[in-house]
Amino acid sequence: MMYSPTLLHIPDGFLTIVVSLIFWLITIIMVGLAVSKTNQSLGEKQVPLMGIMAAFIFAAQMLNFPIAGGTSGHFLGGALAAIVLGPWAGILVMTAVIGVQALLFQDGGLLVMGANIFNMGIITAVIGFGLYRSVIHLKRGIRMVFAGGAAWIATMAAALVTALQLWLSGTTQLEIVLPAMLGVHALIGLGEALITVAALTYIEQTRPDLIDLEKTAKEGGRGWIVAGVALSLLAVLLSPFASGSPDGLERIAEDLGFLGSGLDAPYQILPDYTIPFLGETAISTVLAGIVGIIVVAGLMILLGRNLRRQKSTEG
Amino acid sequence: MHVDVFDQYYFAKSRVHELDPRIKVLITVAFILSNAILPDGSWPAFALSWLVLLWANDQSKLGLGFTLKRSVIALPFAMVAVSAIFSPNGEALAVWDLGFITLMPTDLGLIRFFSILLRSWLSVQMAILMVATTQFPDLIHALEHLKLPRTLTTIIAFLFRYLFVLTNEVFRILRAREARSAGLPGIKKGGSLLWRIKTTGSMAGQLFLRSYERSDRIYQAMISRGYTGHIRTLNPHELNRVDWLGLVIIIVMLFFIQVIGWIR
Repeated sequence: MMYSPTLLHIPDGFLTIVVSLIFWLITIIMVGLAVSKTNQSLGEKQVPLMGIMAAFIFAAQMLNFPIAGGTSGHFLGGALAAIVLGPWAGILVMTAVIGVQALLFQDGGLLVMGANIFNMGIITAVIGFGLYRSVIHLKRGIRMVFAGGAAWIATMAAALVTALQLWLSGTTQLEIVLPAMLGVHALIGLGEALITVAALTYIEQTRPDLIDLEKTAKEGGRGWIVAGVALSLLAVLLSPFASGSPDGLERIAEDLGFLGSGLDAPYQILPDYTIPFLGETAISTVLAGIVGIIVVAGLMILLGRNLRRQKSTEG
Repeated sequence: MHVDVFDQYYFAKSRVHELDPRIKVLITVAFILSNAILPDGSWPAFALSWLVLLWANDQSKLGLGFTLKRSVIALPFAMVAVSAIFSPNGEALAVWDLGFITLMPTDLGLIRFFSILLRSWLSVQMAILMVATTQFPDLIHALEHLKLPRTLTTIIAFLFRYLFVLTNEVFRILRAREARSAGLPGIKKGGSLLWRIKTTGSMAGQLFLRSYERSDRIYQAMISRGYTGHIRTLNPHELNRVDWLGLVIIIVMLFFIQVIGWIR
């Protein structure tokens, strides 16, 4: 109840040594860069701030909300941290969170921690910040749509990369696990997106002085936008080609029970990421991804409007 | 209410507790590494690894079965590896015709699956033992000695310190939600899913602001007490002969296990 592990925290033993080391290498380079960047740009005041923000992400993950059928979604926080604190600080905060989850709760392994930090800290920061940064000078409604969309895509991309890592390690059959992971995380990501937007909206309304868009824009420039958009596109395009699931292997997954909670949700609009009448082709999956983004975007607009209206009636 | 459920430290007076935290981190990583490079299906070597683990458990005076109790934590993840059983490599052991689909568990698939399970089960227990016998601040200090960037260790130190405080804050917020969501028996409490998510979002935002404002106060307090950007500890953390001996014994054991695992 206190603390629920998610499928994104890979434990030790599930990745081969080669895969673990490759991702450790990437992670060390990125975290090293993040340390030197934050040391340059931030004062020492930022260190306690980042520490408390890490504790905040950790504590906020305890705020879970009931979805349906006994499952509950909870918040991962990578995108929100990158949007509010800037990408480099966001990476450091998530690194600390994932490190402590692994060290203290064994939620995620030590040898595979590089991969876990990459999936949940770096990918989410790049996509979360990159997409948000691309519209930072636009109206709030649009920013919120992008923040929510970015949170959703970031969650999906993290799930995609996790599935690929497991497959590269020969731990799973890709045809089975990829659709399962993406299916479950399409829902988790939706919760993530909505909470990210609601939290951002709340913060902007209560302490507008904390959200300094000019400062955020200075934290990372065009490079982040390019990286964020590229990674998002890669995730949207890669998932269908990777999954291309032959003869009903997915049914096996369902029977084995690990599609379980994710897919029997009552409000499944796009079954398994494909648009029904188009059949199971790569194009239909890409389309489904795009429709998914539009749906998320629509929800964000509604939510954003709703929250603003509430405010104007209160004020 | 005070939340200390996160503290995984179990007090005892033992050789393992007194071992330098750096050495404990190194031993744990070496043990996990050793399990990771053992080939699939080297059961005798896995059994020996387990004996090493039991020995470490015994030395820690926390009881032989101490880590066993908490080792199920990684189990939910094991179902992800279930699909390895049906790996197309290897010979089919059985054919299960389920009507719409035919499942074929293979011998190599089964060996792979159980090897993954064992590796994960052994590794997680050593990590559990490490945090159970080391105070977390000492662990952070060890990471600093092991050349982790100071910015990162300081963030982790703050995370650990304020985790408890913010968890209490979370409980306060959750209690407030409970109190406001009172309902009559038989009538559904709360609103739609969207409403629930929005409420959770506001709670996250509220938590963020309280954390942010607290970090401001903390910084002021730290400055007035002479913070220089470095958290100090009174624990000297000096490596002595026993520490080195412990490390060498484990490394030799793990080397022996590797030899057993690879010679067949």
